[in-house]
Amino acid sequence: MPRASRQLEGTRVAERLEAALPGIVTRSTEEWVEVVPARVIEALQWLHDDDELDAAQLSCLTAVDRHTTFEVVYHLQSLDRNHQIVVKAILTDHDTPALPSSYPVYKGALLQEDEVYDLFGIRFDGHPNLRRLFLWDGYLGHPLRKDFLQLEGRFPGLPMFPFEEKGVQVR
Amino acid sequence: MTTATDPYVLNIGPQHPSTHGVFRLRVVMDGERIQDVEMIVGYLHRSMEKLAEERTFTQNIPFTDRADYLAGMSNNLGYVLAAELLSGVEVPERAQYLRVIFAELQRIASHAMSNGQLVSDAGAWQTPLLYMWREREKILDLFEMTCGARLTTNYMRIGGVAFDPPPEFYPAVNQLLEELPERIEEYHRLLIDNEIFLARTQGVGTITAEDAINGSLTGPMLRASGVPWDLRKAEPYCVYDRMEFDIPVGRHGDAYDRFMVRMEEVKQSVRIIRQALDEMPVGAHKTDIPLALRPAPGEAYARVEGPRGELGFYVVSDGGPAPYRFHVRPPSLINLSLLREMAIGASLPDAVVALGSIDIVVGEIDR
Repeated sequence: MPRASRQLEGTRVAERLEAALPGIVTRSTEEWVEVVPARVIEALQWLHDDDELDAAQLSCLTAVDRHTTFEVVYHLQSLDRNHQIVVKAILTDHDTPALPSSYPVYKGALLQEDEVYDLFGIRFDGHPNLRRLFLWDGYLGHPLRKDFLQLEGRFPGLPMFPFEEKGVQVR
Repeated sequence: MTTATDPYVLNIGPQHPSTHGVFRLRVVMDGERIQDVEMIVGYLHRSMEKLAEERTFTQNIPFTDRADYLAGMSNNLGYVLAAELLSGVEVPERAQYLRVIFAELQRIASHAMSNGQLVSDAGAWQTPLLYMWREREKILDLFEMTCGARLTTNYMRIGGVAFDPPPEFYPAVNQLLEELPERIEEYHRLLIDNEIFLARTQGVGTITAEDAINGSLTGPMLRASGVPWDLRKAEPYCVYDRMEFDIPVGRHGDAYDRFMVRMEEVKQSVRIIRQALDEMPVGAHKTDIPLALRPAPGEAYARVEGPRGELGFYVVSDGGPAPYRFHVRPPSLINLSLLREMAIGASLPDAVVALGSIDIVVGEIDR
């Protein structure tokens, strides 16, 4: 499992997080810690305020479509202690995914949440101005969803890579 | 008696020289003062992240330099680092040095562009810009003789770099490094004591250190606010841990400090390139990797200190030849998070300077 050189172990973060806010961690691996989506803002606020973990900056916020679930991935950065923490929230509702906005903790989430809303259709409750950032209002579907190309009127692309063995579907 | 004015809406862009690309601002004005501002982007959206899911890891490299077309080398580097972290490909020593040299040359070129544009925005129409582009032109010539392209370089590869520089590269780069310090002095004489330039940039678009950290600002924006944060020192990639250089910081976090931080960074880049050229070993510049690289399922987030800030690539693999998810953390977009805080209450010409000092590249904002 590749972990960047300054990335904290997810299990270590999970222990501290669970001790402070019982029941918030759903799973943790060597790389990241998964938290209850509805309480994600609580977790971020605690990580932000804690002296040892000191997640002062939201480095990167993005999402991954896993066909039946969505992962919202937060890369948090401590500037004083120079380490990185990865927090994930797994959204099980694939049709109308929603979770609280992290804007009250990190102002830097403003445009990144707009982008995720635009391209994945994940709603961030409490965001001051949630809008489609790149595409226009009324655009059909959310392009970075894996089922986007199956929507009516979309061209699904090549079924396999040209240099792959014949008949072997890549995905 | 007091006179009241009705607020009115002013549209700037998408085609406007001070927006540096296809970038639109919808500004609500109360007389001379800005009451509210909304940015409207997406005119250059090419759905790079979706396209990348249909192409192999190697085929995705050209996308990255088309995102931030003013810093193609840095973008190439960030992506190949993420792919290497994910797949565990080793990079030869010589390639590491070449990557540092080209990334720093790119930083000089990009800073020359952004500082020239900022001066242009502040009213010194085109003349300083032209002088700064003189150096940028020479760097682009170096890129052209090495990889054949000037902007969309496509030079880095997973496991190394595409080509070894030709013999004529070395005298050219040495001559450039000789000239650059003199040229920087020239700009200092031209601009630093210029009263008009000082009046237009000092105290404009000020951001405090706390706001800058909380607003996810990185790069010269963050350093100008007084935070000595540089990924080349904090999380050294390639061979930056062997290089000796300083992190310039500002004090006030205004447009002038950002200009000065970029100027100082050019000097530091010259230092780094000199050291890298001296220490660069001979050997292979690339390791061979399979045509369809299939990293094990997993994810990696690699980042580099690009000219505009933290340039991150979040790549997820499902074991196939293409990334399952490919995400760019665009410093240009995220540095705009505090645009409203910077612009509200300012006058329109000041907001133009503040926007210029953020140094946005719309290709990277929209991707």
